Amino acid sequence: MQDWEMLLQDDYLEIAGRKFKSRLIIGSGKFKDFQQTKEVLEASGAEIITVAVRRVNITDPTKENLLDYIDPNKYLILPNTAGCYTAEEAIKTAMMAREATGINWVKLEVIGDKKTLLPDMEETYRAAKFLVKEGFVVLPYVFDDPVYAKKFEDIGCAAVMPLAAPIGSGLGLQNPYNLIFIKEAVSVPVIVDAGIGSATDIPPVMELGVDGILTNTALAEAKDPIKMAVAMKYATITGRLAYLAGRMPKRTYAVPSSPTKGVPFKN
Amino acid sequence: MPKVILNGEEKEIPREMTVMELLEEIGVKFREIGLAVAINEEVVPKSEYTTRKVKEGDKVEVVQLVGGG
Repeated sequence: MQDWEMLLQDDYLEIAGRKFKSRLIIGSGKFKDFQQTKEVLEASGAEIITVAVRRVNITDPTKENLLDYIDPNKYLILPNTAGCYTAEEAIKTAMMAREATGINWVKLEVIGDKKTLLPDMEETYRAAKFLVKEGFVVLPYVFDDPVYAKKFEDIGCAAVMPLAAPIGSGLGLQNPYNLIFIKEAVSVPVIVDAGIGSATDIPPVMELGVDGILTNTALAEAKDPIKMAVAMKYATITGRLAYLAGRMPKRTYAVPSSPTKGVPFKN
Repeated sequence: MPKVILNGEEKEIPREMTVMELLEEIGVKFREIGLAVAINEEVVPKSEYTTRKVKEGDKVEVVQLVGGG
């Protein structure tokens, strides 16, 4: 057991009663092939991987399947509703996802704008309400809005997944204060989804005290996705440990670290 | 021959057939995890694949899990 494992041995990301050692969740989109997806997943230490639900290409039904590479008994395969623009589309997609995965978890995404891929909060809320009543474990992708985050918790969502920046933008954390407010407002896990550009973006986000990170494009578009996956694994651990350790206060002026008395050659 | 709308496109099938037969007809391998079928926007549970018939005019969706964030 390594030092960080000792220090974090009782620290879990707990969603809907299920405990995960890793606070890093990865997406499976845009990798070179399924083999690379598998290698990145293993290197990242993530225990949850998101997937999308798409029509089988009838003229050329792919013989290879992502599920031939990722063992659903070892990893939680979390389907998303990416590409949905209304609550109705998202609900139907979630129903298909439940049948396809055999589990009732869904990363709910209802997009409101093609250019920014920002969520349509009203539609996301309607879909979440319905799906929670249908018995789903709903993890909604949301704007970094503390008021709405609380509303999603109140209707029974298992977590909230606010963005750090738009999907695929790689801009990193844009509004730390909103994430702090969200963390204060809700008791369900807060998983920061979207906007991470590199492993180095992760520690400042985790240090805010959020419960987890979801990233996809930053891995898939890295020159070396495996190295990035390893960096992200440790970046998530670093951020978590720094949060638990508690940072010193920020000051405007310097404070000497060495004694001010007894400096030689001074009168 | 019955015509159905399969994944948004019109398709003739040789006869009315079960979901399982349709999957075979279109070359899609059955898998317990990773596949789902809906008929007229209702999900068909896998337990009904060998009994549920696909009929003239049905809107059939066959989906799989793919990479996504």
